[in-house]
Amino acid sequence: MIRRAAGRVLPPLLAFLAANLLWETAVRVFDVPAYLLPAPSRILAALVTHAATLGRALLVTGHAALLGFLLSALLGVVAGVAIASARWVQRAVYPFTVFLQTVPLVAIAPLLVVWFGFGIAPVAVAAFIVSVFPVIVNTVTGLRSVDPALVDLFRLYRASWAARLFKLRLPAALPAIFAGLRVAAGLAVIGAVVGEFVASYAGDDAGIGMLALTYSRESHTDRLFAAVGLASLLGLALFGAVSLASWLTLHRWHASEQEQVR
Amino acid sequence: MTPGRAAESSPAIRLRSVRRVFPGGVEALAGLDLDVAAGEFVALLGPSGCGKSTLLRLVAGLDRPQGGEVAVGSPAGAEHRGVGYVFQDAHLLPWRTVLANVALPLELAGVPRDARAAAARAAIAQVGLADAATRLPAALSGGMRMRVSIARALVTAPRILLLDEPFAALDELTRHRLDEQLRELWLASGMTVLFVTHSIGEAAFLAERVVVLSPRPARVLADTRVGLPGRRDALLRTTPEFVELTRRLTAVLATEGSASR
Ligand SMILES: Nc1ncnc2c1ncn2[C@@H]1O[C@H](COP(=O)(O)OP(=O)(O)O)[C@@H](O)[C@H]1O
Ligand SMILES: [Mg+2]
Repeated sequence: MIRRAAGRVLPPLLAFLAANLLWETAVRVFDVPAYLLPAPSRILAALVTHAATLGRALLVTGHAALLGFLLSALLGVVAGVAIASARWVQRAVYPFTVFLQTVPLVAIAPLLVVWFGFGIAPVAVAAFIVSVFPVIVNTVTGLRSVDPALVDLFRLYRASWAARLFKLRLPAALPAIFAGLRVAAGLAVIGAVVGEFVASYAGDDAGIGMLALTYSRESHTDRLFAAVGLASLLGLALFGAVSLASWLTLHRWHASEQEQVR
Repeated sequence: MTPGRAAESSPAIRLRSVRRVFPGGVEALAGLDLDVAAGEFVALLGPSGCGKSTLLRLVAGLDRPQGGEVAVGSPAGAEHRGVGYVFQDAHLLPWRTVLANVALPLELAGVPRDARAAAARAAIAQVGLADAATRLPAALSGGMRMRVSIARALVTAPRILLLDEPFAALDELTRHRLDEQLRELWLASGMTVLFVTHSIGEAAFLAERVVVLSPRPARVLADTRVGLPGRRDALLRTTPEFVELTRRLTAVLATEGSASR
């Protein structure tokens, strides 16, 4: 058990350390200016020095990203159910969900400020807009690929629409829905950071996106790297949480979460 | 224990000139007639693709004919309640335990929790799986899954049981054992059973009556009473009577095969 865990954690950890070592050496040997590419040690120092500011920003962004993600999970599944339930809903609504995916977020973020004001609301909405599409598509796909024999079985016993949905179609679609949620987790963080470029205040309420913008203007490249690194960690954490939920829900019965014994 | 003990009562299943044409013009059934008496065990034997599943789905009420009449249950009418259906594969809900899978039909009918658990336990015991009640389908062998599937069909105590090549995907030893168990279940219950198969030996071993169907569109080629004893065991397959019966059925299928070519 411990050896297997080590086998999974060790390779990426070693790769990470090696890459940083290489980076550190290269920066020192070639004497690269810090505003262009700071060494990992400098980034770490910046992270420690500005821990309070960065930590607060991480909470702000994490809050908005989580809110946007939950909105995506809820509305995405509901929309998916509606689309998969009736042809006319699909024809009427599906094209517009594609629009959600192609909309240039940076361009409409100012519009979100007009509608929702500054602060967490437009940022969460930005996270939602960017992350909802994979949830919808995967929910629809999952609901559509239910075993037809099981659909027949439920018809044979005259199951109600609700029974078919909650006892058959949604559970059968769970693996696909979780796959969508995993993609959505990373996208929600990206959406939140981009939303903050436009829609958040500097100062105490500044999120990672706002800080990154400020640091970049001030050429504090080391702090910029620290902020970006934290945003990535945030995405990773949300992704990990979804993966854990997926495993807890599915590992007993679905092949996608079962260990390959070979 | 005599075969066809309930043959006098009105037929449990009555098909008259049943027609089913699929989009694209595939004519699966073109005017099929079939009567199955209450309490009878009938095997439908035919080449694959001849329309056997189509027929079974019509009887179960899962599909409608374009023409003709499908009457199920007595008094004759569109009474599909009390029909159990077993598919070629087990088709269990993988996230439910054996017990919860078997209880599903009762759950959908709104039977209270305790009553349906008791009925499900009884059905599971009937197929010899009492020890596996709390396991998930993924932890069962193919033969065990199929037995769960049969228990699920039995849990509502249906008067009619429809089985669509239920053991075709299993190995021969397992298939023989399940054939014997199914035969026992039928003797004990008095259900009407319509069993689809493309195995001559299986049809002969199980049924009181074997109906041989032609290639698509299915017509009745032969309708044979099986004169074998009520209680049947593995050794029956080696008796001269059994061998003679399979020889006759093989001959019917073979002559039709060459005639249609
Ligand atoms: N839903 C369907 N749509 C179109 N063709 C079908 C459909 N179901 C069955 N068929 C066709 O009808 C014929 C009979 O099918 P089926 O009843 O499944 O045969 P069997 O069960 O005897 O193997 C086949 O040629 C099959 O391709
Ligand atoms: Mg078939």
